[in-house]
Amino acid sequence: MTALAHQFFTEPSPVTDCAVSVRNVGKVYAGVVTALENINVDFPRGQLTSLLGPSGCGKTTLLKIIAGLLPATSGEVLVNDLPVAGPGPERAFVFQDFALMPWANVLRNVAFGLEMRGIAKSEREEIARSHIAQVGLAGFEARYPHELSGGMRQRVGLARALAVNADVLLMDEPFSAVDEQIRRKFQEDLLTLIAREKRTFIFVTHSIEEAVYVSDRIVLLSARPGRIAQIIEPAIERGGDPDAIRRHPAYLDTVDAIWQSLKTYLE
Amino acid sequence: MIVFGHRIPMTGSLLLWALLWEIVGQLKLTILLPPLSRVVLRAFEIVPTETFLSAFAVTASAFVAGNLIAILVGVPLGILMGSSVVADRIFLPWVNLFLSAPLTALVPVIMVLFGLGQTTIILTVVLFAIWIIVLDTRAGVRSISPSLIEMAASFGAGRWQTFRKIYVWAALPEILAGIRLGVIRSVKGVIIGQLLVSIVGFGALFKLYGSRFLMEHFWAVLIVLFALAFALAEAFAWLERRVEFYAATRG
Ligand SMILES: Nc1ncnc2c1ncn2[C@@H]1O[C@H](COP(=O)(O)OP(=O)(O)OP(=O)(O)O)[C@@H](O)[C@H]1O
Ligand SMILES: [Mg+2]
Repeated sequence: MTALAHQFFTEPSPVTDCAVSVRNVGKVYAGVVTALENINVDFPRGQLTSLLGPSGCGKTTLLKIIAGLLPATSGEVLVNDLPVAGPGPERAFVFQDFALMPWANVLRNVAFGLEMRGIAKSEREEIARSHIAQVGLAGFEARYPHELSGGMRQRVGLARALAVNADVLLMDEPFSAVDEQIRRKFQEDLLTLIAREKRTFIFVTHSIEEAVYVSDRIVLLSARPGRIAQIIEPAIERGGDPDAIRRHPAYLDTVDAIWQSLKTYLE
Repeated sequence: MIVFGHRIPMTGSLLLWALLWEIVGQLKLTILLPPLSRVVLRAFEIVPTETFLSAFAVTASAFVAGNLIAILVGVPLGILMGSSVVADRIFLPWVNLFLSAPLTALVPVIMVLFGLGQTTIILTVVLFAIWIIVLDTRAGVRSISPSLIEMAASFGAGRWQTFRKIYVWAALPEILAGIRLGVIRSVKGVIIGQLLVSIVGFGALFKLYGSRFLMEHFWAVLIVLFALAFALAEAFAWLERRVEFYAATRG
C-alpha cells in the first residue's frame, strides 16, 4: 500500500453505536468446507458497510448468517444487542436474483413482508404503494415481474425490503444482475436513500469501485476460508455532485489501494 | 395425415372407421357389432332415461369425491416430499411402486375391506389418481428457486405460510399437470371399480346389457363414456395452458 493512499482513507475508528455485531463467527459447510473463520466485525448504525472480497470467500454466507437464514457453526451475531436465532423484523434482505414471486403483481410482491406480519390488506397496500413510488415505479403496481426489466425488478425487491421498515438492510450483490448504466444510476439512488433513510446497510459486492463509491466502511475478506483482511473507511465527502465523487482523488486512490491489497489473493 | 398429396384432418380418419363399422354392422356378421347408426340413435334414446342419468350421477359423484381426496392428500404429500429429504426417502419408493403397479389387481382387496358399494368405488378412484399427482407436485416443488423460499423465511413466514403462499403457487403448473393426468387415470379407476363391484352405476348397466345381449345399448353407453372422458381431458389441458406463463416466467 502506498503512503499516498494513506492520506485518503483511515484505519477504522472504534465503533461506538453498532447495529450489528459479529463475534467469533465461523462457518463450516457439511463438516468439510470452511467458508468463514473467526470473523469479528461491528457494523455502525446508520451507515453503509460493504463486504468485499474475492469470489467464494464467504460474503453471502456471512450475510445469510446475519440475516438468520443460515446458522453459524461457531460464534454469534448480535442485532441491537440481542443474539440472532433466526430471521427477525428488524432485518430485511435484498436478493441478488430479486426473488420475486412471478405469479404476483408488483403491489403484492412489495406488500409480501407486511402480509407475513399479518397487516390488513388495505393498510399494507397503502404502505406498499408509497414505497413503490419511492423507488420510482409508480404506475407499475399491477404489472407482473416478467413484464419488468432487470433493473425494475430489483427496485421491486428494494421496495419490498424498505416496506417492512427494518433497521438493518442486508443486500447481497443487489446490482450485479443489472447492466452497467443502470448500475451507476442505482448506486447514486442508493446514496440518496442512505442520506434520507438513516438505516444500517450491509452491502455485499464484487466490485471495488462500487464498494468505494457507496460505502462508509469497507470490510475486506480474504480468500477461502474467509477472514477479515482489513477494514477501510474511505474519506470521501458525499454531500455534493455524485459524478464528482468518481473523479475525486480519494476515490481513485482508495480503489487502487484496495486493488493492491486484493491482488495478493489472486494467485 | 397426408393422402395422395391431400391434407386429411384427423376427423377424416375417424369418419372412415365409423363408415367401416356401419358397413360391418349392416352385413350382420355378428350380433356383437350392430351398425353404428343404430348405436348412435340408441345413445340419444338412452341418455335422457332415468337409468342412465342415475348411473351417471352416482359415477360422477364417486369420480369427483375420489379426485378431491386424491388432490387434497396428494398435493400436500408431494410438497412434503419435495421439500423434505427424510419424507422423500420414506415415501418415494412407495409412490413409484404404486405408479407402475397393476392397480386393477388391488381393487378386489378394497372390495373385501370396504364392501360392494360407493366407498370402494371412491377409493379405487383415489388409488388410480393420487400417485401421479404426488409425483408431479414433488417435481414442481423441487424446481422452485431456493431464493424464493429464503425470501419467505427472511420475512418471517412460518411453515404453513410458506406452504400456502409460495410452494402451492410456485409449483402450480406441475400440480395442474399432475391433476390432469390423475383425472384421466381415474376415469379408468371409476369404470374398473364399477365393473368389478358391478352393482353400482355404469358397472350395473354394463352387466345388465351384457347379460341380455343388448349390444346396441352396450355400445351406446360406451361411446358416451369415451366422449365424456375425452372432453374432460381436453378441458383440463385447456386450463393448464392458461397458467403456462408461470412455467415460462419463473426461475
Ligand atoms: N450449501 C453449501 N454447501 C457447501 N459449500 C458451500 C455452500 N454454500 C457455499 N459454499 C462454499 O462456501 C464458500 C463461500 O460461499 P459464499 O457463497 O458465501 O461465497 P461468496 O463470497 O458469496 O462468493 P460469490 O462472490 O461468488 O458470491 C464457497 O467456497 C462455496 O463453495
Ligand atoms: Mg455471494
